[in-house]
Amino acid sequence: MPTRHSLDVVIVGAGVVGAACAYYASRSGLSVAVVDRGSVAGGTTGAGEGNLLVSDKEPGPELDLALLSTRLWRELADELPPEIEFESKGGLVVASDEARLDALSTFAAQQTAAGVTAARVPADRLHEFEPHLAPGLAGAFHYPQDAQVQPALAAAHLLRAARRAGALLCLGEEVTAVLTGPGGAVRGVRTDRGELSAPAVVNAAGTWGGELAALAGVDLPVMPRRGFVLVTEPLPRIVRHKVYAADYFADVASGSAALQTSPVVEGTPSGPVLIGASRERVGFDRTLRVEVLRRLAAGAAGLFPVLAGVRVMRAYHGFRPYLPDHLPAIGPDPRAPGLFHACGHEGAGIGLAPATGLLLTAAIRGQRPALDLAPFRPDRFSRRGPDSRRGTGRTRGPERT
Amino acid sequence: MPISPSEPPVPPEYDLAIVGAGPAGLSAAVAAADLGLSVVVLDAAAAPGGQYYRHPAPGLGAARPEALHHGWAAFAALVRRLGRHTGTGKVRHLTHHHVWTVERGSSTAWTVHAVTGPDGPEQGRAAVTSRALLLATGSYERQLPFPGWTLPGVVGAGGAQAMLKSGLVLPGRRIVVAGSGPLLLAVAGSLAAAGAKVPAVVEAAGYTAYAGSPRTLAANPGKLLEGAVHGAALLRHGLRPRTRSAVTEAHGTDRVEAVTVSRLDRDWRPVPGTGRRIACDALAVGHGLVPQLELATGLGCATHRTPDGTYALALDDSQRTSVPGVWAAGEAGGVGGAQLALAEGELAAFAIAAVSRSAVRPDARRAVALRRTRARLRAFAAVMAAAHRPGPGWPDWLSDDTDVCRCEEVSAGEVRAAVTDLGAHDARTVKLFTRAGMGWCQGRMCGPAVDCLARADSHADADADADADADADAGPDRRPLSCPVPLAALSRPAALSGPDGPPRS
Repeated sequence: MPTRHSLDVVIVGAGVVGAACAYYASRSGLSVAVVDRGSVAGGTTGAGEGNLLVSDKEPGPELDLALLSTRLWRELADELPPEIEFESKGGLVVASDEARLDALSTFAAQQTAAGVTAARVPADRLHEFEPHLAPGLAGAFHYPQDAQVQPALAAAHLLRAARRAGALLCLGEEVTAVLTGPGGAVRGVRTDRGELSAPAVVNAAGTWGGELAALAGVDLPVMPRRGFVLVTEPLPRIVRHKVYAADYFADVASGSAALQTSPVVEGTPSGPVLIGASRERVGFDRTLRVEVLRRLAAGAAGLFPVLAGVRVMRAYHGFRPYLPDHLPAIGPDPRAPGLFHACGHEGAGIGLAPATGLLLTAAIRGQRPALDLAPFRPDRFSRRGPDSRRGTGRTRGPERT
Repeated sequence: MPISPSEPPVPPEYDLAIVGAGPAGLSAAVAAADLGLSVVVLDAAAAPGGQYYRHPAPGLGAARPEALHHGWAAFAALVRRLGRHTGTGKVRHLTHHHVWTVERGSSTAWTVHAVTGPDGPEQGRAAVTSRALLLATGSYERQLPFPGWTLPGVVGAGGAQAMLKSGLVLPGRRIVVAGSGPLLLAVAGSLAAAGAKVPAVVEAAGYTAYAGSPRTLAANPGKLLEGAVHGAALLRHGLRPRTRSAVTEAHGTDRVEAVTVSRLDRDWRPVPGTGRRIACDALAVGHGLVPQLELATGLGCATHRTPDGTYALALDDSQRTSVPGVWAAGEAGGVGGAQLALAEGELAAFAIAAVSRSAVRPDARRAVALRRTRARLRAFAAVMAAAHRPGPGWPDWLSDDTDVCRCEEVSAGEVRAAVTDLGAHDARTVKLFTRAGMGWCQGRMCGPAVDCLARADSHADADADADADADADAGPDRRPLSCPVPLAALSRPAALSGPDGPPRS
């Protein structure tokens, strides 16, 4: 079997997180290989809407990560070609009644204290932001930092830039083993085509990150949380922001396996309107559920009655990589020296990718990361791990569906 | 807001739901009803027949629609039997029901979801439930792009025939027929018989490919006769197909005015210096048919690559798919023509009746005869498919600025850049990067071409050992919605259309 030597890092996964890790690592001078059993963006990245959001995050480690990422995405938008479709469109979170608007105000105040820009939009000014919004809404908050990219192209262009900085891209190549040396230190991976030797291996396998962790002999309880997206026929720009209902927060934070839907609607530069968001834990089940699509359609028409007259062209699903406390795993794994994790970003992977790549690169280089990685410790779920309640306080025990 | 679905178990309305009212679906419907099953047939069209038995709307007053069809008598007999069964309520034929997805219900029942009514924003939605499901979804035409193929006046060869069959109109007065496959001869014959001038029939394959399978040919005298009839019709109009040739460019500004026909080498690469210009005002072009599989793949039915490079459903001896409770007949199991579809529909009905414990037993001798017919025609279809498989050199027809995806206006150059520059190694990723296949036709027009370009270019670029089987199990592109669904209709619960009366949608 051929062995390709003199690598510093092997990154497993060519989704947006792996691509961002490759981008920052290769540009920092590390010699990098990215391995994926499929294509670029073949997993959850290719099924995402490309949200770069701060609006849906409560103050805490994830918001810190999102704020750093927001800054980095703006830098990337200047460096990468316009094809990544970066749009600083802003988010609009709408409340259907006064009680929800009050809750939203409290939430926005906490976010503002943590560095988020949020402005209250009274009911009578809603139509200046979104002319086609349904009448009768109580009000909204505008989050100008929210943005969007075309996620598959963003991943592809991050990787292209990484390749120009010397990174090796190995597609259609599946990792079959994580190689360890004396003392259990990671020394590379074996694939179905050969071996890639490197003192550092990054698990950027997204929803399949648990499987890669298992190859290294460690437990990481990443589970799929399925979501459907409806895609309409191409339309003139009738939805300007990312618009969603305040109920969305509760769904994102929920640990329930049952189906949850709340309307999330946005336009795209190429014309179609994207409609989400559903969450259900059904394993890797790929069968379509009409009831989920029905609720998404009803929710969208509720926010934007004009959409009732358009046609849905496509529907697709993706599997968000979900960890029990809704925080990603980022950083070195003390259980397997040389193994680093960068997965489990749930529905926020596109947004959080640059910060993840930057912080992980620092960790690999033995430098002090710009943010404390303790809340993202990959061993926080293991029984002998340190404080498994660290993080958001929403922690649930590892569970499998 | 979490809501736990708790639908009370309701017994399925029908023993059998059939998607598609072409030869396979009709044949299955009448056979299943003969055997005592309650049957519902859902079809997007206004009248039975599918693409094959397409016929003029009654208002057009066509005196002899059968003049354009082979086996019209068999179709007429099927429609009569269907009429008897719909009269007694054993079969319900839901016209203008375009099935967009099928769901497995809570028990062993299928829920078939359809968009109802003629195309447009006023469409409604309906659903039926059944114990067994038969997919007779047919096929659509394969197009391989070339410079100028988006000009007005360039139509599908199958499309030209459909226009003729349903509306009795010609796409032009002077029509070049081109592409590959036996349909070309039929199309050229029909067009000439209807009064068009056909200055050339251009076939990319060589008919000598058939000669390698003399036994299969000898076992199919009917097919040879069919070919001879087309051949004779062409001779009557002074036409001889140019084989190993292709239209490599269509010329014109507002409309096609001429085409360039070039000789091809054995890999379908144009031979330099052989281009000849032929004046015309229309071009009917097509490269055979592609099985329509989105409902089946949505349910997880296994597929395989056929000798012509398309995907078809993997079926067992009883027309069963890999998913229990789902059968398929006709082109969905591999393109093979109307006769084969008729035999397979009937065989599927026999098998479904057997597992449904129907009161009437299928005629065992009839089943043996049908199996024999199926084996013979499938063998012929395989020879035909291999003969007309596009050669690996056809992308040489494309210039970088040729649109491959006409809905989203994605050029061959953009597709190639996505493969070489951005790391797309399959059609799905090309689609993600370029939007090729995301438009109105959802990749039915450009899918085979994009698939081919993605694999060809990534193979040239990859390690030799890695790509041998890289695409072997990639499978056909998945389309969870097999047709557009109005959002308003989608947002309402589907009306369950009971066995009596019109669907309440």
